[in-house]
Amino acid sequence: MSEDTRLTNAAGQSAALEGWYTLDDDSPALIGTRCTRCSTYYFPKMSRFCRNPDCDSEEFEEIELSREGTVWSYTDANYQPPEPYVSPEPFEPFAIIGVQLEKEQMIVLGQAARGITVSDLRVGMDVELVLETLYTDDDGDKLVWRWQPKQ
Amino acid sequence: MSDDIAILGVGMHPWGKWGKNFVEYGVKAARDALADSGVDWKDIQFVSGGGTVRCGYPGYVAGATFAQALGWNGAEVNTSYAACASGSQALAAARHKILSGACEVALVVGADTTPKGFLAPAKGYRPDDPDWVRFLVGITNPTYFGLYARRRMDLYGDTEDDFNIIKIKNSKHGFTNPNARYKKIFTEEDIAKSPMVADPLRLLHITATSDGGAALIVSSMDYAKRIGKADAVKVAAISTSTPTFASGNVEMPDIATDSAAAAGVSPISYRSTIALKAYEEAGISPKDVSLAEVYDLSCALEMDWMEDLRLCEEGEAAHLVRAGDTKVGGRLPVNASGGLSCFGEAVPAQAIAQVCELTWQLRGTAGERQVEGAKVGITANQGLFGHGSSVIVKR
Repeated sequence: MSEDTRLTNAAGQSAALEGWYTLDDDSPALIGTRCTRCSTYYFPKMSRFCRNPDCDSEEFEEIELSREGTVWSYTDANYQPPEPYVSPEPFEPFAIIGVQLEKEQMIVLGQAARGITVSDLRVGMDVELVLETLYTDDDGDKLVWRWQPKQ
Repeated sequence: MSDDIAILGVGMHPWGKWGKNFVEYGVKAARDALADSGVDWKDIQFVSGGGTVRCGYPGYVAGATFAQALGWNGAEVNTSYAACASGSQALAAARHKILSGACEVALVVGADTTPKGFLAPAKGYRPDDPDWVRFLVGITNPTYFGLYARRRMDLYGDTEDDFNIIKIKNSKHGFTNPNARYKKIFTEEDIAKSPMVADPLRLLHITATSDGGAALIVSSMDYAKRIGKADAVKVAAISTSTPTFASGNVEMPDIATDSAAAAGVSPISYRSTIALKAYEEAGISPKDVSLAEVYDLSCALEMDWMEDLRLCEEGEAAHLVRAGDTKVGGRLPVNASGGLSCFGEAVPAQAIAQVCELTWQLRGTAGERQVEGAKVGITANQGLFGHGSSVIVKR
């Protein structure tokens, strides 16, 4: 995408994956689509053909996915992933959560919020979506969605 | 049964990190399989290769590459690429050709040379490719294995000890297997000392990537009879089925599952559907199984497979593991070869290697890891992008 159309928030931060989530400061959300005929949700966005075998719709509406869900499972990364992952130096381990979204009936993976480790997590726990910096380059901070356990 | 084909010969190049060209492994495996079968290379009518995406153009056309290396003999060729199921799809292509009468005897062969470390995606900015996106956010293959393992622990009460029992069991199985890469009997202490990769899985709980090659000579039952091998071990079923919408499990390389929000849709585990089709095709029930070779990408995943193959009820695999049922000598040995745990993964060869092991076992020639009285064996594996397979072999 060209420079002109890049979206940033008030702090000048932009998305590591443009168009995958809103940059709303208070209640950011993943952006998906929904088939207007059969109601199947898609994340990442699908806008060409519905993959439900009982539906051949090509009409979709863009929607924000539920910001809250429950932990389906969790793990962590103790070794530095290969590119395109951009690692801080030195590499910092991080936790990863699979989150079950009730309305959408789907599981979405993502990193856990900074500072959360596997010992903070349990299957079934309530979590919500936050935005944090994935990496910083010449254009500034690149944000990514992460899952934060609810108090 | 008329849908059976005979396994006349099997051969492997030992797994390892040899750093040679993949063709060398495939040729060695193919020549061993030919020698084992007693069939002359020039009599092979169809060469079916498992493709590899890591070895350039010769890997994309592996069937032809091996046919040329063995000496062009005019046979028809096929190359199947289906991630971890590549070998089974190559076998399925040969089986269809044989059962349709288009050929009588075929070579099925797969081999790979693998890079070090994590399997990584193609380069560039490619947000449309889920395999690229997941690595951007730091999700590697072990992430998925860690998620499955942790879910078992929180849901069923499986423990790290259970994973260790499986690791130690498989290391004992593979210890005397001449084709295994890791020939060391690991202890709990070794495992505890190995670094955590993707909690709760340590390095020794997760499969490595390996070089290796495996091959089969398969034929019609008529052909087998004509050359005096009517009692050969047989392929009774091959399932290479795709998932059913909607996926109930987060699968590599996806960042999310399908949504099961539409009316009439429910989430379904892919792994179990692969095996169920194989049982149906073979007319065999899980109770008939003497041993299983399953894709233990992690020690915990071995237990998922036991349940998906209906060898026990969901959530109960750890009971069998703790009772020693899945050891050679136990009631239902799993990964008598030593599994991926002792081999590491050589993608296009792995599903073929599983069939090699079952063939040796059903012939009663597996040496110290022999499962006594083995009559029916099942393989299972699953890879990226809706590829998985299960093969049933019987006496």
